[in-house]
Amino acid sequence: MERALAVDGSVGRARVVAARRLLDETGVLIGLVIVALLFGALIGPQFFRAANLELVARQTVIVCVGALGMTMVIVSGGIDLSVGSIVALSTVVTAVLLREHGPAVSALGAIAAGAGCGLINGLLITQLRVVPFIVTLGTMLLVRGAAKGLADERRIEAPITWLNNLLRTARDGSGVLLPTGIWITALLAIAVAFTLRYTRFGRHLFAIGSSERTARLCGVRINRTKVAVYTIAGALAALAGVMEFSKLSVGDPTVAVGLELDVIAAVIIGGGSLSGGKGSVVGTIAGAAIMALIQIGCSQQGLPNWVQQIVTGSIIVGAVALDRWRARVAA
Amino acid sequence: MAEPVARLQMRGIGKSFGATAALDDVDLIVRAGEVCALVGQNGAGKSTLMAILAGALKPDCGAMSLDGSPYVPRDPLAARQAGVAMIHQELSLAPHLTVMENIVLGVEPTRGPLAIVDRRRMRQIAEAALAEVGHSDIAPDALVSDLSPAAQQLVEIARARAIGCGVLVLDEPTSSLTQGDVRKLFDLIARLKRQGIAIVYISHFIEEVKQVSDRFVVLRDGRNAGEGATAETRTEDIVAMMVGRTIADLYPRGTRSRGEAALELDAVVPGHATLTLHRGEVVGIAGLLGAGRTRLLRAIFGLAPVKAGRIRVAAYGGAATPNERWRQGMGMLSEDRSGEGLARGLSVADNMTLSRLEPLGPRGLVFPARQRRAASKWIERLDIRCADARQPVAELSGGNQQKVAVARLLHHDVDVLVLDEPTKGIDVASKAQIYRLIDELVSGGPERPAPHPSGGPETSAPHETGVGRPFQGRQKAVLLVSSYFPELLGVCDRIAVMSRGSLGPVRHVSEWNEHSLLMEASGARAS
Repeated sequence: MERALAVDGSVGRARVVAARRLLDETGVLIGLVIVALLFGALIGPQFFRAANLELVARQTVIVCVGALGMTMVIVSGGIDLSVGSIVALSTVVTAVLLREHGPAVSALGAIAAGAGCGLINGLLITQLRVVPFIVTLGTMLLVRGAAKGLADERRIEAPITWLNNLLRTARDGSGVLLPTGIWITALLAIAVAFTLRYTRFGRHLFAIGSSERTARLCGVRINRTKVAVYTIAGALAALAGVMEFSKLSVGDPTVAVGLELDVIAAVIIGGGSLSGGKGSVVGTIAGAAIMALIQIGCSQQGLPNWVQQIVTGSIIVGAVALDRWRARVAA
Repeated sequence: MAEPVARLQMRGIGKSFGATAALDDVDLIVRAGEVCALVGQNGAGKSTLMAILAGALKPDCGAMSLDGSPYVPRDPLAARQAGVAMIHQELSLAPHLTVMENIVLGVEPTRGPLAIVDRRRMRQIAEAALAEVGHSDIAPDALVSDLSPAAQQLVEIARARAIGCGVLVLDEPTSSLTQGDVRKLFDLIARLKRQGIAIVYISHFIEEVKQVSDRFVVLRDGRNAGEGATAETRTEDIVAMMVGRTIADLYPRGTRSRGEAALELDAVVPGHATLTLHRGEVVGIAGLLGAGRTRLLRAIFGLAPVKAGRIRVAAYGGAATPNERWRQGMGMLSEDRSGEGLARGLSVADNMTLSRLEPLGPRGLVFPARQRRAASKWIERLDIRCADARQPVAELSGGNQQKVAVARLLHHDVDVLVLDEPTKGIDVASKAQIYRLIDELVSGGPERPAPHPSGGPETSAPHETGVGRPFQGRQKAVLLVSSYFPELLGVCDRIAVMSRGSLGPVRHVSEWNEHSLLMEASGARAS
């Protein structure tokens, strides 16, 4: 009987499949719209003023850049807990290099340092065969310690350069319409989305995350791919660090403690699965935006920080529960 | 002698999965103090019957009783409480707990209102249970993970005794034991018999069945196919009951002509395998589950280490990684379809093309439209039932999933196809399609995809064994592993039997029949 149903309903079934696919891809965007409308209703139309939206974007840019790398890592079935520490290291390296070198060299140096940390993560995970959670838990402390050592446990002052303007509002003349940092993030988002969808590397990440044994059977070079993805994630975290530096204008080894959790939350709200094989850039950015909207909305509404945290926490659990529920209904 | 009520009665048991009837009107009766062997080929319905007995599956029809009173287990726990215990091939102990903790697991003796575990009672129970199975030498405090497989099995049997089991099912209990341990196990079985337990003994090894059982029941294609007293029945007759007949036109056979050697194995360990596979032929490796066939295939394909011997794939010698094997023109179909063969969450198109994304775009790019086109071609040719190429593979039926896995080898256009149990757990229609496909591949039939340009950035990697493709020819070579002997006899040109970890000589298919294959595979050497 079940079989007969399947045959008769095959057209309807195809439609159901297509509808579900659409929902999978747009579910988080619907969530974003709901959150935005909610605060719009509470605060009034000024919530949607350009300046306010730009504030949201500026707020979320650091989490977003880190989350781009995290999306790739989570798609491959891994996790990277060292993001916050790499951000801190990156602010310190930028500040130290700025004393002797120009801003471009300093920023690149910081990104290289981050990529190095990511490379170490990747090598430890693939060569020692220790699970990513443990390895990056270790390097989280390790890198944080290195940053503090490098900075001699102090904030590092640095000369003011154009690096400090990365996240400045556009009205003071720097940046076209939006701060440069937001443009950089947007371009990177497109690049990462393209990589995940249209490159062999990206398809291999999905395959490894979905079933590592299948990927191995199919000749995917798993170690190489994993090392690459952690290296890229490290570099992106360091870029987030450069932006953090731009905000702080000092190198601070104690900054961004716990940032990795915001980053992971953004990926998870955006439909990523910690068991791998799922995740998208659009979802991740929407996830980060939802969190930033809640943060800003709550503070503009005059709600205390604890309300904000409770709402964000509920959304993380709710988003994943909703996803599970949908998967169960589909099956 | 008055006949007592049988300890276990299963009567008229039927069970269907979708359209396939796994069991049809099956009877199994075991008396107290009797060892009844349950034999049959893979897929004959033994596991399903035992799952019903253990409360893991509900029968569609039929009745069960224990000591004459009706027995309708709601779940495995209820079955255990009713005194039905199972010892599986893979043991189910908690490795980090001690022997005594395992023995009382789930029925821990407790004390007081807070239900604090009474460790002294626990020890007493464990010691009593171990003594009952005649192995007081096992320390109750030992960690289970420190014990040998044989000792772990004893602990599991002791656990069954501790809950007071009246029916004990042993599923392939000797598969991981040494000869000496097997003898000890048989002594223990004799002891349990004297204690009045009804034992169901499942084994592929007819020798063992002859040695240990009082009676045997044969299942074939989900039905009773004979039974009798073991001592009064010849091995050949038991085998004949297991075998039955075959359907001839299920296995088409085009004109095959043997081409050049495509795969040469020279004393390869694991498997002690020596054989040469040519283009235009199917060579089968027969054997029972656990005989070591899969390990040999995995070593050939680079998924497991080669301990000794030489492997030659066309022009390339030596061991290689799976990646290199694909590029040398060899592809493998895993027996573990859902765990390894397919990435269940990925789409049909992703799964089919994963090993060879190069032709789907320039320079490391993959164009989804091209990927879907490539997949759609095979969806059509292999008649795969799915919504479209983007549907997750997990949503397909078993047979269609398997066709997706096979299509990967076709998309890659490999010359040597290594197929491990290609028809395991799939419906008859899909089986027939796979047999037809294999025949067309070796006889150079119409399923051949259009030739593609070799190369692309990844193929030109500077690895000595992986440059370009070895040869371009028409017919493929197929190495087929199966424990379903009719299909081997129907599809293969030559067959070798693997038994207890080593591969016997390769002989032409006409020199084999189901009987001799089963005898050889069961370790009862045919003359």
